[in-house]
Amino acid sequence: MESLFADLIQIFAATVRLSVPLIFTALAGLYAERSGIFDIGLEGKMLFSAFSAASVATVTGSPWLGLFAAILTGVLLSLVHGFASITQRGNQIISGVAINFIASGLTILLGNAWFGQGGRTPQLANSARFTEITLPFAAEIAPIPFLGPLYSGLISGQNILVYLAFLAVPFTWWVLYRTRFGLRVRAVGENPGAVDTAGISVTWLRYRALICCGILAGFAGTYLSVAQSASFIREMSAGKGYIALAALVFAKWKPLNVLLTCLLFGFLDAASIRLQGTIIPGMGEVPVQLIQALPYILTVVLLAGFIGKAIPPKAGGVPYVKER
Amino acid sequence: MNAPTAASTPAIELVGIDKRFGPVHANKNINLSVAKGSIHGIIGENGAGKSTLMSILYGFYHADSGQILVDGKEIRITDSQTAIQAGIGMVHQHFMLVENFSVLENVMLGVEGGPLLKRGVAAVRAELGRIEREYGLEVDPDALIEDLPVGKQQRVEILKALYRGAEVLILDEPTGVLTPAEADHLFRMLAQLKAQGKTVILITHKLREIMAITDTVSVMRRGEMVATRKTSETTMAELAELMVGRRVLLRVEKDEAKPGPVILSVENLTVKDARGVTMVDNVSFQVRAGEIVGIAGVAGNGQSELLEAIAGIRKPASGRILLNGEPVERLDPAKLRKKGLAHVPEDRHHMGLVLAFEEYENAILGYQDDPKYLKGPFLDIDAIRKDAVARIEDYDIRPADPRLKTANFSGGNQQKIVLAREIERDPACLLVGQPTRGVDIGAIEFIHKRLVALRDQGKAILLVSVELDEIRSLSDRILVMFAGTIVGEPAPHAGEQEIGLMMAGIGREAAE
Ligand SMILES: Nc1ncnc2c1ncn2[C@@H]1O[C@H](COP(=O)(O)OP(=O)(O)O)[C@@H](O)[C@H]1O
Ligand SMILES: [Mg+2]
Repeated sequence: MESLFADLIQIFAATVRLSVPLIFTALAGLYAERSGIFDIGLEGKMLFSAFSAASVATVTGSPWLGLFAAILTGVLLSLVHGFASITQRGNQIISGVAINFIASGLTILLGNAWFGQGGRTPQLANSARFTEITLPFAAEIAPIPFLGPLYSGLISGQNILVYLAFLAVPFTWWVLYRTRFGLRVRAVGENPGAVDTAGISVTWLRYRALICCGILAGFAGTYLSVAQSASFIREMSAGKGYIALAALVFAKWKPLNVLLTCLLFGFLDAASIRLQGTIIPGMGEVPVQLIQALPYILTVVLLAGFIGKAIPPKAGGVPYVKER
Repeated sequence: MNAPTAASTPAIELVGIDKRFGPVHANKNINLSVAKGSIHGIIGENGAGKSTLMSILYGFYHADSGQILVDGKEIRITDSQTAIQAGIGMVHQHFMLVENFSVLENVMLGVEGGPLLKRGVAAVRAELGRIEREYGLEVDPDALIEDLPVGKQQRVEILKALYRGAEVLILDEPTGVLTPAEADHLFRMLAQLKAQGKTVILITHKLREIMAITDTVSVMRRGEMVATRKTSETTMAELAELMVGRRVLLRVEKDEAKPGPVILSVENLTVKDARGVTMVDNVSFQVRAGEIVGIAGVAGNGQSELLEAIAGIRKPASGRILLNGEPVERLDPAKLRKKGLAHVPEDRHHMGLVLAFEEYENAILGYQDDPKYLKGPFLDIDAIRKDAVARIEDYDIRPADPRLKTANFSGGNQQKIVLAREIERDPACLLVGQPTRGVDIGAIEFIHKRLVALRDQGKAILLVSVELDEIRSLSDRILVMFAGTIVGEPAPHAGEQEIGLMMAGIGREAAE
């Protein structure tokens, strides 16, 4: 019993760690898509931010400066996306895919040129990383059954970005539903004409939403290279941007749902790692690939209309053009 | 007109407004003066440039040149914010509402009263209550727009403008979506606004409304302001002539119908929409050869779904559809066409045409399998273009260029393209939805004549239209739809009021 519980705590801890980049990225996508700009480029923003964070942390020795650089990178890439899709009224999918390609290529190129380790950045010292924070009384509570492992194994001992990710969810909810900016963002994703005729600039509003998107993507990237690992590795985002996008759809573009779907997808990931090589009697090895594919399968099932209906923001993906 | 003295400074003055959309010259050097505290009508055919002109005044479009004076002072209206601050409010032809927002959220958008919503919500709620009581504009502030009927949605648009303190209220074709009773209510409200000294600009293409409510009327034609008259000193006939530039028939001339055998028979048809809501509820009727059956009703009462179900676009939930006695409710549109059922859809932009195609491509859309357009497995482009040119002549489609992109034709000419395509296949039965929506008067006359001619050839025609005038002047039999059912069949010469009451579901135990 005790050991099963300890096992579970371990899986949950892994779930939390694996969910964090998804949460940041899905929330990033939420700001963009709620404002009517589809963002396939989340993957690229996360990757490039991870690279910037690791590079700057390597050079300066400060994780905070790394975070700052990552945010800057995320915002700049968002502005590129905004220029292409808002100002130039280009195709948002193509612009996003282009950002992914640029990120994938440039990070390796620059990494090689600067650090000469085949696209990696040098191993970061712990002082240049976001490391685990032990919450007060963790040691004292640890021996208490159930509560102890829960508190000291799961709640305590995470790095600061984990706590920030979980705070970002209610914060985003608050922004979206309780502030003027949020009201306008939700409106512009549904009917930009309503926003325009209310005397609000559609262009500027969408740019601001994309800036929010870039900031959160910066957090996601930083988490990958400066908190979860200790260096940037080529292609280290490994499709998480797409999974986050799937989580966003699965969450029906709602912040609190985003938390749940990201945890679910994180859990599937944790379980697949945990079950790697496990033999189930009579069935053979657990098909890990299947578990890894589950987020995508679930999303497709959702989109096919089997689990309620996911209605995207109505004006999503369409440039706002007044004069034909 | 009268020189602006200190006492009679016009509320709005437009001087030399000019606007082009690419090749389209939508407004040509327009001058307009609107007296304070008056109801000023602007009338003109579809495409005359009325909406463009008003949208320029509201800051939605930018004029290429010209000046705008509000209360005698020139202001540069760069965006809607400037217009709102100058006291101008506008109810757009296509509502500018966020459908999944509540009424309250829609009203407060842009005037939230601070970075946080909390304080604004309370203020808007209180103020809305006051405006609602004053003008009799009840709407539930917490209702979602998508759950409201169009008439109520329009009230929300009016509330938005009043909440922003509009002194000049522009309404762009407000009555298109209303029942006659709702339109009356709107007009009473406009009179009330006028009594309070506010100025109203009313755009419409319905002459009767202009005569009933306006003080002054300006007529636009092909981007130009052709005349301004005192309403009391003009007539409908004069205005109609000014609108089109020649005399027009306001009635459709036709003989008595000579109905033949039943061609289309609908039996106990029930249709549900994607959400599972019943849109057509156990409807039965027949259309005979040589008659036009018109379905009247306010938009959204199931007419669209009925038409789509008969055309094979929407699968009925239950019931039967017989074409020449043969059940066809399971057939797709292509098979139905082969059986002689042609369809002019309500929404020509989304269903009738591919706007990005050239004219000749649209002219065969749906009939591309016809052997006469094929050369082996390939399309015979020459044959198709020759056919297209013949129809362009026959239907007077302008410009007469089969290679022009369809989006560049005016609404009336686009509709003629669809109509020509469907009529020229010699169908046994023709379904027509909103044949003259967004179509100019000249083309309306033409389209109506063609439909009557088709009837006289012994074809069965089912007409769905939200224009009561159109239904009354074309139909040999009228069916009125309300809330998914046919609530009555008024006599062919029934008065507008009788039909209007049926359209509102009155005379039937129907709660709102
Ligand atoms: N946003 C737009 N882009 C391009 N052309 C437009 C646009 N709006 C209107 N037009 C064109 O300008 C002309 C005038 O249109 P409009 O002002 O809507 O006429 P009305 O309101 O009198 O029916 C039409 O030919 C129309 O096709
Ligand atoms: Mg118009």
